[in-house]
Amino acid sequence: MKFAVCVFPGSNCDYDTYYVIRDVLEQEVSFVHHEEKDLSGFDVVILPGGFSYGDYLRPGALASKTPLAEAVYDFAQKGGIVLGICNGFQILTELGLLPGALLPNENMRFVCKEVRLKVENPNTRITKKLEKGEVLRIPVAHHGGRYYVPEGELKKLEENGQIVFRYIDNPNGSVSDIAGVMNKEGNVFGMMPHPERASEDIMGSHDGLMLWYSLISD
Amino acid sequence: MKKVRVLIRPKKGLLDPQGRAVQEMLRERGLKAKNVTVGKLVEFEIEEEQDVKSLVERYIVNPLIEEYEIEEIL
Repeated sequence: MKFAVCVFPGSNCDYDTYYVIRDVLEQEVSFVHHEEKDLSGFDVVILPGGFSYGDYLRPGALASKTPLAEAVYDFAQKGGIVLGICNGFQILTELGLLPGALLPNENMRFVCKEVRLKVENPNTRITKKLEKGEVLRIPVAHHGGRYYVPEGELKKLEENGQIVFRYIDNPNGSVSDIAGVMNKEGNVFGMMPHPERASEDIMGSHDGLMLWYSLISD
Repeated sequence: MKKVRVLIRPKKGLLDPQGRAVQEMLRERGLKAKNVTVGKLVEFEIEEEQDVKSLVERYIVNPLIEEYEIEEIL
């Protein structure tokens, strides 16, 4: 499978993600920079974590207006698989590919720790190797991870199975403990926790691996 | 050219932790402040004929979480 890792000025989990895809998963992977407009030939596009454009205006706001973001939008419209991690998730909501928005953490602190996630929907492209209710240990590191959707929209997310992960101990005040969602079509994913930081035993947890294995399995 | 000022504040009803922190500081100082919110100000100059409202909604604010006021200064 051929992966693209998007790089914006201020992305900082791009190399970690690249490393996991190339060295742990042994898949083909390339960096694609913010001024590029072409994602043809890729199977999966990853928007990694970081602080694109210094989080100016709002996290993800400026990155979502780049030529590369436009290409990600087109790639997703054609059914391509897109995964946004942390700042990548923020970019996808600003881009309108995922519902809702990510607000500053309830306690105004930067939260950097391992959290426990519960798999809510195991029938997705990133969770099919997992069971419903399975608990994963994966780290978060963010200042603006409080997921918000208006009540009516939240109900729709529930009904459509678009809530992929929930926190067991909500670290940021997200509505309904939501840690990860997908679009209605099931090809665009966003999550605040970092699976690339939990993909080898040396990192303290390899629970993120199952997401990657789900992605590359047919 | 015209000068545009956009005043942005967190949408009513959404928790604004920054406003809450400032409010707590004021109250600790003995001031009976309430409903404190912290927003932002964006100013720019642009061609006269530009439709400012659509530009602001498309590029500057996120209407899901923010309220805004536009002031055009000729």
